[in-house]
Amino acid sequence: MKLALRELRIAFGGRVVVDIDAFGVDEQEIVGLVGESGSGKSMTALAVLGLAGAAGASLSGSITLDGRELVGLDERQLRDVRGRRIAAIFQSPLSSFSPVFRVGDVFVRALRLHGVPRGEATARAEHALREVLLEPDLLRRYPHQLSGGQAQRIAIALAVALRSEVLLADEPTSALDVTVQAEIIELLRMLRERERMSVLFISHDLAVVAQLCDRVAVMRAGRIVESGATRDVLRQPAEAYTRELLAAVPRIGAGRAA
Amino acid sequence: MSDTVLVDSDLAPPGSVVTLLRRNPLLAAAAALGLLLVLLALFAPLIAPHPADAGSATHPLDTFLPPSLHHLFGTDPVGRDMFSRVLYGTRISLAVAAVVIALSIVVGVPLGVAAGALGGVVDTVLMRITDIFLAFPALLLALAFASVLTPSVTNATIAISVTWWPWYARLARGQAASVAGRPFIASCRALGLSPARTLLRHVLPNSLTPIIVQASADVGGVILTAAALSFLGVGAQDPTPEWGLLVNQGQAYFTTQWWLVTFPGAAILLTALVFNLLGDGLRDVLDPRRVVGRA
Repeated sequence: MKLALRELRIAFGGRVVVDIDAFGVDEQEIVGLVGESGSGKSMTALAVLGLAGAAGASLSGSITLDGRELVGLDERQLRDVRGRRIAAIFQSPLSSFSPVFRVGDVFVRALRLHGVPRGEATARAEHALREVLLEPDLLRRYPHQLSGGQAQRIAIALAVALRSEVLLADEPTSALDVTVQAEIIELLRMLRERERMSVLFISHDLAVVAQLCDRVAVMRAGRIVESGATRDVLRQPAEAYTRELLAAVPRIGAGRAA
Repeated sequence: MSDTVLVDSDLAPPGSVVTLLRRNPLLAAAAALGLLLVLLALFAPLIAPHPADAGSATHPLDTFLPPSLHHLFGTDPVGRDMFSRVLYGTRISLAVAAVVIALSIVVGVPLGVAAGALGGVVDTVLMRITDIFLAFPALLLALAFASVLTPSVTNATIAISVTWWPWYARLARGQAASVAGRPFIASCRALGLSPARTLLRHVLPNSLTPIIVQASADVGGVILTAAALSFLGVGAQDPTPEWGLLVNQGQAYFTTQWWLVTFPGAAILLTALVFNLLGDGLRDVLDPRRVVGRA
């Protein structure tokens, strides 16, 4: 397992919000994590980034990256893992960029933060933009001059430039329209092949998950209630909750989509 | 993809200050007058017809001369040229305003940003301290501070600064709190930025817009406060040609020698007005929630 969670428990005060026995993402695998709002999907992602503590939660259990334990690392060591080895993209790509910096500055700063020399940083940023099929000129733009789809591609390009091994995608397509959504999904598939990235894809959109993910885990009230190959889970859901989720999807059913 | 870019040309693109000013004539006028005042202050020694009169020179034969071509604003009870004195007063007023506002920003903004972004105990402690300062009217508090210090321009500046910074702390706090909750701050953390760096490089610069507006609008307020302190005798002292002090000295002669009060008073009014308009204009331009230019 590239990224493995074991006996992970996250609680706010006495209230347990995430309780996962075992879950993981293999090398070059795209795994979907689905569930309704508040089921603990995003909290799990925060925990992987080592930010659950900063959000005020207490955490126990184990999160390993290539076998190395992340829980209990100090803030400095965690910052080295965040961004460089594990990258994250979020739901609202445009507001994920600080409006006062040009896109290119964000790349150079992030790369330099993780020890890439200035000269190489620019070259890597341009290469990463081509990799996500954008013109490198976009590096000179400010975030407000980008479309939502461009901004999300650039966020992904940042992970490419940093040579991240694991990409946490927290509802990355929910704020985009369907055509752009399809492009982002295609892009994630391509990066898995070319950059050997592992992707943890968090979504409540089962249609998107059906198209993209190799495996899927269904979360409810902090627990994984069902997991397995996407095809199996969505075609023959064992759990009543999964069936309810599927029934909640508008008519383009999982049977045809999968 | 690149041909579907949204470039909003109705928002001023960077570098088009000229376009911006053309669409906001009020801002342009205020900026021009503000610049003029700064230039007058800078070049006062070159412009003033009688530079020595800004100090303690006396001309016993020229006392109480009404405005004429030789003495544009007339002369005072010891024969000093009022135009030169009012002109030099620009220097004092603008310098006091610059120092007070700079100190307020340097002290208030970091405290406010820290309070807003960190929240919790830091926020509570810092904001209760600013509340204590804000509980008293600024002029009253400045008057209290100034009256325990030796009356001088420097001490008046210190007194005003002490009362002024909490406004900036309060303003920066509100802005920083809203910026800290925005998604790009989460992105900063996810990229591995340290909290200190996130605060300094991302929260702070994104919190500055209202500070800029406040600073430009405050120039007028500080000048009025400084003039008020001098007028009441706890600020500048003779022979300093401070506007408030000039008005104070002239009021005894108001009914007979009108020019002694009128010109320094007009200078205070004009300067305060110009900088208030500048602040208003900047707010219109910088606040994205207000529609700018053509409807």
